[in-house]
Amino acid sequence: MPAITFIHSDGKSDRIETSGGESAMQAATRHGLDGILAECGGNAMCATCHVYVDEIWLARLPAVTDDEDALLDGTAAERLPNSRLSCQIQITPELDGLVLRLPERQV
Amino acid sequence: MSAAGSAASGVPHLDVDPFDMKFFADPYPTHQLLREAGPVVYLDKWKVYGVARYAEVHAVLNDPATFCSSRGVGLSDFKKETPWRPPSLILEADPPAHTRTRAVLSKVLSPTVMKQVRDRFAAAAEERVDALIDKRSFDAITDLAEAYPLSIFPDALGLKAEGREHLIPYASVVFNAFGPPNQLRQEAIERSMPHQAYVAEQCQRENLAPGGFGACIHAQADEGAITATEAPLLVRSLLSAGLDTTVNGIGAAVYCLARFPDQWQRLRGDLSLARGAFEEAVRFESPVQTFFRTTTREVELSGARIGEGEKVLMFLAAANRDPRRWDQPDSYDITRRTSGHVGFGSGIHMCVGQLVARLEGEVMLTALARRIAKIEITGEPKRRFNNTLRGLDSLPVTITPA
Repeated sequence: MPAITFIHSDGKSDRIETSGGESAMQAATRHGLDGILAECGGNAMCATCHVYVDEIWLARLPAVTDDEDALLDGTAAERLPNSRLSCQIQITPELDGLVLRLPERQV
Repeated sequence: MSAAGSAASGVPHLDVDPFDMKFFADPYPTHQLLREAGPVVYLDKWKVYGVARYAEVHAVLNDPATFCSSRGVGLSDFKKETPWRPPSLILEADPPAHTRTRAVLSKVLSPTVMKQVRDRFAAAAEERVDALIDKRSFDAITDLAEAYPLSIFPDALGLKAEGREHLIPYASVVFNAFGPPNQLRQEAIERSMPHQAYVAEQCQRENLAPGGFGACIHAQADEGAITATEAPLLVRSLLSAGLDTTVNGIGAAVYCLARFPDQWQRLRGDLSLARGAFEEAVRFESPVQTFFRTTTREVELSGARIGEGEKVLMFLAAANRDPRRWDQPDSYDITRRTSGHVGFGSGIHMCVGQLVARLEGEVMLTALARRIAKIEITGEPKRRFNNTLRGLDSLPVTITPA
């Protein structure tokens, strides 16, 4: 199964094994990762699973939908060009090794 | 109560009434009975299917094509009975119609909008705590859980000052009306005319102050996102579901923190836990206890075959305490990872005002925990009975300032 790495705002990192058909957010919450709140449980409504995608991976992710784009305007930490919601990143075998940086805060 | 199996369908038939006063007084033993009887049960009293385990509740919520909302999310089937009021354009609608109206309310209540109102909501919470500290002894429902949302939400909507006393009674009718035709529902609807008249009037564009949520909904009609006749009905959704729910949510949180002083002390030690403390109260108490769906086709759910046109009752509260999903489900733990609870629902109909609720809960609990050392319950809490909402009518408390 693909593994992904979350880098916390203090620089520490966690490598997480994903299971089939889950989003990066689901993998993170399943492992009890600090730094992803996911208050709405993956329904794309709350913007509390915000991540910054490592540059080399950005183009390999599916495009941002209008709904996600609107939510990203409301993130608690600054929105950057590489901001995404981790509930909208479905982990596929091609994303093995994906690196996601966590913002300082989600609310 | 019994759990005799039915050979015909394999679905256990139960003779429990989840809309009965005795049930409301203590629903937990019945929730357990419902969960343990099977993944899908049948309630003979109201001739409906029921799901009380987390997995099935979540599955039904997330399959709106099979378990639809347009035939009503209460017991009444809109295909067979005339609804007591014109159906909601969002709650009681299916895609594609729902997709359009939902987008409008999502935009009006978005994370970006919450950033704009946060300081105002937080300042009002501080003012409320000032008043409570002056009083020392008060009713945590009337003076806190009701007074706080009433001090911000009607203004945020842009409502006129007159007539606001109709808001909580109107919401009470709406949530009672999802239930079966019992005394609660009948009496609520019989007395609803003045409340309905008030609400219908306030939903009109000319009665909503510029800049408020209500005016923003009407502005969406100018953009072409909805029609001018749809806008008032969407404003009605905020009047129906935006106030009493947060009253019960905040009431639940204060009731939890007063009952579990260890959790109150944890919160006082780390105010960043306030938002989690509110969220956990929504899981633990589930202010919205139930909703129905109607099947659009014959479907198999966890081995149970359900025909077309059947009502399915989802026990959100029971799912939120299902031991299959939650560790120590009956304990209130403000550090719990609550993501995935169904207190706000799940899927396309998940509470569109959830961000407003969380913001109110967070800033209120933060203000309380910063300035109050101790909350003591000083009298018998009184329950408020409603077919859908769970909450208190009265919670006498005395506080000790920090």
